[in-house]
Amino acid sequence: MSEMRYEAPETLAAAVALLSGAKGRARVLAGGTDLLIQMRAGRIEPELLVDIKGIPEMTSIVAENGGYRVGAAVTCMELVEHSAFAQAWPGVTDGVKLIGSIQVKGRATVGGNLCNASPAADSVPAMMAAGAVVRIVGPDGTREAPVEDIPTGPGKTSLARNEIVASFLLPPRPRHSGDAYLRFTPRTEMDIAVVGAGVNLSLDDRGICTRARIALCAVAERAVLVPDAAAVLIGTPVDGAALDRLAAAASAACRPIDDKRGTKAFRIQVAGVIARRAAEIALHRARRLS
Amino acid sequence: MARHHVTATVNGDPVEFLCETQQTLLEVLRDELRLTGTKEGCGTGDCGACTVTVDGRLVCSCLVLGVEARGKSIQTIEGMQTGKELHPLQRKFLEHAALQCGICTPGILIAARSLLERNPDPTEEEVRYWLAGNLCRCTGYHKVVEAVLDAARELRGG
Amino acid sequence: MSTMMKYEQKALKVVGTRPLRPDGVDKVTGRARYAADYNLPGQLIGKVLRSPHAHARIKSIDTSAAEALPGVKAVVTREDFPDLPVEYAASGELTINFHDVTRNMMAREKVFYDGHPVAAVAAISGSIASKALKLIKVDYEVLPHVIDVVEAMRPDAPLLHEEQYTEGVTPKPDRPSNVAKRMVFARGDLEAGFKQADLIVEREFNTKPVHQGYIEPQACLASYTEDGQAELWTATQGHFVFRAQCAKVLQMDVSKIRVTPTEIGGGFGGKNNIYNEPLAIALSRKSHRPVKMVMTREEVFRATGPTSGANVKVKMGCTRDGRITAADAELNFQAGAFPGSSVAMASMCTFTRYDLANVRVVGNDVTVNRPKVAAYRAPGAPIAVFGVESVIDEMAKRLGIDPIEFRLKNAAREGTRTYYGPTLGTIGYVETLERAKAHPNYSAPLGPNQGRGVATGFWFNIGNETSAALNVNEDGTVTLVLGTVDVAGGSRASMAMMVAEELGIDVDKVRPIIGDTSSLGFNFITAGSRGTFASGMASVLTARQAIEKLRQRVARIREVPVDDVVWKDGWARPADGCVKPFAPMSLAEIAKVAGKTGGTIAGHAEINAQGAGPGFGTHIVDVEVDRLTGLIKIVRYTVVQDVGKAIHPAYVEGQLQGGTVQGIGWALNEEYVYGADGVLQNPGFLDYRVPVASDMPFIDTVIVEVPNPNHPYGVRGCGEVPIISPMAAIANAVESAIGIRLCEQPMSPPRVLEAIEADKARSGARA
Repeated sequence: MSEMRYEAPETLAAAVALLSGAKGRARVLAGGTDLLIQMRAGRIEPELLVDIKGIPEMTSIVAENGGYRVGAAVTCMELVEHSAFAQAWPGVTDGVKLIGSIQVKGRATVGGNLCNASPAADSVPAMMAAGAVVRIVGPDGTREAPVEDIPTGPGKTSLARNEIVASFLLPPRPRHSGDAYLRFTPRTEMDIAVVGAGVNLSLDDRGICTRARIALCAVAERAVLVPDAAAVLIGTPVDGAALDRLAAAASAACRPIDDKRGTKAFRIQVAGVIARRAAEIALHRARRLS
Repeated sequence: MARHHVTATVNGDPVEFLCETQQTLLEVLRDELRLTGTKEGCGTGDCGACTVTVDGRLVCSCLVLGVEARGKSIQTIEGMQTGKELHPLQRKFLEHAALQCGICTPGILIAARSLLERNPDPTEEEVRYWLAGNLCRCTGYHKVVEAVLDAARELRGG
Repeated sequence: MSTMMKYEQKALKVVGTRPLRPDGVDKVTGRARYAADYNLPGQLIGKVLRSPHAHARIKSIDTSAAEALPGVKAVVTREDFPDLPVEYAASGELTINFHDVTRNMMAREKVFYDGHPVAAVAAISGSIASKALKLIKVDYEVLPHVIDVVEAMRPDAPLLHEEQYTEGVTPKPDRPSNVAKRMVFARGDLEAGFKQADLIVEREFNTKPVHQGYIEPQACLASYTEDGQAELWTATQGHFVFRAQCAKVLQMDVSKIRVTPTEIGGGFGGKNNIYNEPLAIALSRKSHRPVKMVMTREEVFRATGPTSGANVKVKMGCTRDGRITAADAELNFQAGAFPGSSVAMASMCTFTRYDLANVRVVGNDVTVNRPKVAAYRAPGAPIAVFGVESVIDEMAKRLGIDPIEFRLKNAAREGTRTYYGPTLGTIGYVETLERAKAHPNYSAPLGPNQGRGVATGFWFNIGNETSAALNVNEDGTVTLVLGTVDVAGGSRASMAMMVAEELGIDVDKVRPIIGDTSSLGFNFITAGSRGTFASGMASVLTARQAIEKLRQRVARIREVPVDDVVWKDGWARPADGCVKPFAPMSLAEIAKVAGKTGGTIAGHAEINAQGAGPGFGTHIVDVEVDRLTGLIKIVRYTVVQDVGKAIHPAYVEGQLQGGTVQGIGWALNEEYVYGADGVLQNPGFLDYRVPVASDMPFIDTVIVEVPNPNHPYGVRGCGEVPIISPMAAIANAVESAIGIRLCEQPMSPPRVLEAIEADKARSGARA
C-alpha cells in the first residue's frame, strides 16, 4: 500500500485511460465515503486512485430535453440543494437525503452510491423507479444503460474495470406524477436501510394510475424492480385495496437474508408496509403536483 | 515512498505539507499540522468527531484524503473564534453546560455553525436532524440543542 | 480509619449556582489535550495483534519476521510479562484479580475472545507497525466457544478455565464450571411469603451486552527511560489505580511510574481498567523510545470491557391490595473471559427500593468467550431492575393499582433494613415518587398507540480513598489539586465551588486541577458516583485546614489569641466580644505577607470517605409504537432524582439527561452481535446503534434534594442512578401502549414486531 498513487484527471478520456493502464488495480475516487472505509479495513488495496471530481460533466446538474442530466460525481448535498431538481423528483431527493449524515452527504455522490453496489443503497430504488438511464464512458466510447442494469450483486457491478458512470438522465415528468422513497431503519438517521422502497407513479386527469414503477432495496442481493407491484396499481385510483395488493406484491418479491440489520421475516413483512407508505406519499405528490 | 506536496488554506492561513496517498485529512490535520482540536472517534464517518468544513462544505475529515485538500480552504475548531472573541455558539455551549467530556464538542460546534449559516432560524427538529451525524454519549443532546437554538436567537439579533 | 462529616444546613452563596466550568473554554476551542493529542519527540507507534478466534489454545508465537522488518523497534508477547498469582484488589466498583489482569492484557496459554491481545509491536510509523503485525505467526488450536450465559452454565458447555470451580457452593463441586461464583442474599421465609400472596408473577428476562460507548477510544503515551522510570499519559478514570496495576504487571516500584491523567473523552466505567498501558510501557522499555498507542474504534468494541449480557428470573408475590409479600430473583451475568462481573452489586440493588420481609437474590458470575466485562454506570443494576420493575408494573396493572401508588405502598424509607445488611439512612425515594406523581407528564393525555411507563432505580454510591491539596497563592487566589479524575461530570468545578463557599471568596479565584500521581496521595477511581462526594469532602477538609492556618497566622501577625480570630466571607475578623479588636485582613492581604510570616498557607487531606448517600430516581416515559414495523419512539421523558444537594444544578441535569439517554439506547437498539463463529459482527458505530440527536426528545429533569446527612453540603452523587430505570420504564410504557410485555432487550423493531405477530396469532387462536 505504500506506493498507492493518486491522479486527478480533468477529462473523462484521461480518466478512462488511467483506469485502462492500471489493469484492474485502480479505483475511481468520488466521495470516498465507501472507498476510504474499505481501504482502511484492508478489504481493498488499490495501486491507483483516480479522482474524477475535477471533470466538469461529472459534477454538473443540467436540464436536458425536459428532464435532468445529473453528473455522477454530484454530491448528495448539491443535489438536495438544487431546488428545481428536488421539486421535479422529490422521491429521488428523499433517497439521496437519507445517505448518511450531513457530513457524509457533503462528499458522497449518486454515482458512488450506485457503483458501490450495496444492496441497501438509498438512492437506487427511487432512481430505478424514475426510469433513470446512466451514460457510461469506456475505452470504446459511450453507451447508455438503465440504472437497474448496473448493480449485479453485493459490491459488484456490470461495469468493466475501465468504465466510468458519467451521468444519470432522468426523463421529463408527465403531468400528475409523483415519486417517493421511504426506508425502514431502527434509528431516525445514520443507519443502513433494513428495507427501502422507491415508488414513481403517474395519474390521468381522472386520478387513475396510468404508469407505475416500484423498486425495493435491502431485500435481495441487489435492488429489484417489482413489476407485479406496479401492475396492481395501474388502472386503479390507488385506493386502499390497490395499496393492500401492492404491499403483498412487494413482500412476495423479497428474497432477503438474515443479517445483523434484520431478519428475513422482518424484511419481508416490513417491505410491504414501507412500499405501501411510499406509494401513499407518491400518490399525494402526484395529486398535488398537478 | 513518494509523497504528495500539498498547499491549502487552513483557518485562513496558508499551509503546506507532505502526505502519502492513503493519509486522510484528519491524520494530516492532527499529525502533520499539529491541529489536534479535530478528533478521531471512529475513523469511518459514523461519529462526526472529525467534522471540518472544506470549501464551506461540512465533511468528516476521516473520509477525505489529505491530497484532496490541495487548493482548498479548510475550517477547523481552532479557527472558530475571532481573536479572543469566542463565537456565539462557543459561548452558548459554555453558558448552557452543553458539554461534559468535550470530545464531541469541536465536531458539533463546526456542524452547528454550518447549520446556522444556512438556516438562521432552525426548529428543534431541524437542529436534531442536522446534528444526527455527531454522536454524543455524555449529554443526551438536550443542552446541546438548547445551546444551538439560543445561539441562533442571538445571531438573529433576538 | 475512615472519615465522615456531618451535613450543615446554612445559607449558601456559591454552591447551588451555575458558574462556567473551568475546563470549558479549552474544550470549546479545541485546546483541551486528550491522550491521543500528546506526542513526544522520537515516539514510536504501537499496535496490537489480536486473536481472530473466540476460543483457542496458543501453541506457538513466532515474531521473528516482524522483528526483522525495517522500522520495527520492539515486539512483546507473553514472554515479556511475568505470570502473576491470584491476588485481588478493588478497582472502581468491581474487584480485579492480577492473575487475570495479566492474562487479559496479553494472552498466555489461551485466547478467550475475538480481539484478545496476543502480541504488540512498536515501529516508526503506524503503517509499518500494521505490516509487522501481519508477519507474526501464531499457531492456534481452535476450541469450541460459548457466548450465551445460559448455555455457558450448562454442564456440557465448552469450558474456559480448567481450574475454575464454582465458589460459594457447598460441598465444593467436583467438576470445573464456567460459573465462577454463586452468591445468595436472603432474608425471611420465601415460601411463607408466597403462600400469603394473592397474586404471584413470575417472568424471565434476557439482556444483551452493551458498551459504554465513549466517543474517545483508549489512548496512551509511555516513556520509559534508562534509569527505570516510566512516564505515562493516558485516558483513565483512575490514574492511581492504573499506576498500581501497571507496577504490578510490570514488576516495577509504584514510585517509579508517574501517571498523568489526560483530559478524558468519556469513561462511564470503561476506562477503569488497563489495556494498552502496560504494553506501551513494556514496548518503550524494550525499544528505548516513547511509544504511543491509540485504539481504533473496532479495537474498542472487540477488546475493551462492556457490560454483561444476562438472564434474569424474577418471581414476586403480593396481596390484592398491593403489599409485596415475597420477592425472589436469580441473576445470571456474563463476566466475559475472566470472572468478576457486577452480579454482586446488581444483586444488592435488585429489590432495595422496597421494604420486604421475605427476599432472596441468587447471583451467578459466569465466564464466556467475550471480552472481560468492565463497569458501566451503576454496573449491573439496570439489568436486575429491568426484571423487577417490569414484574412490579405487571402486578400493579393486574390489580388495577396505580404504578406509583403500588411503589409507595412498598417503598423503602429511612430505617428500612436492606436484605444485604445495612439499614438505610435518610433517603429520598418516596420524595421522588411523589414528585413524579404530581408531574404534568404523569397526567398528560396520550394519543393512539401511545403508552406511559414508570420505573425506579437505586444506587449505593461510594466514597473511598481520596487526597487533595490546597495552596493559597501569593495574590490570594487558591489552587486546588485534586486526585479524582473529572470524568466529564464537571466535578472539578463543583470542588472549586465548595472551596470558594468555605473560604468565602469568588469561585473564579479558585483554580482546580487534577494532579498526576506524583502530586498527591492515593486516590481511588472516579466511579460509584464518588467524585463530587469524596473529593468534595476532601476539598472541604483542605479548605477548613487552610482556614485554621489562616486564623493562626493572623493571630500571630496581629498579636492576638487565635480564639479571637474568626474567618468570615473571605476575611479574618475579630470575634465578637474579644479583648483587643484588630484590623481585619483579607485572604489576599494575608497571602501577600505569608512568605515572610511563616510560609505558604496550605491545607491537605488524605481520607477514606465514608457515608456516601444512596440515590433514588423515578422515571416517567411516554412511547409510541408503530404496530406495523415494531418501531418504538420516545415521545416524552421525565427524570426525577434525589441528588442530596446539587452543587452545580446544570451539571446534575447533564448527568441525569446523559445517563437516561444511555439507558434508552440500551433499551432500544444497542447490542453486541456475534456470528456463529464467536466473532463480533458490529464493532463500529454504524451497526452498534447508540442514540443520535434526532432520536431523542428533550429530557425533563426534576432535582430532589434530601441532603445526605454525612456530607457537609449534603451531596449524594448522582451520575449512576439515571441509567438504571429506562429499560424497565420503556418496557412498561410499551405494555401500556400495545398490551404486550417485552422481556428481551434490546427492544429492537424485529423483536417487537415478532412479539406483536405472536400475540396476534395467540389472540387469533383464542378467537
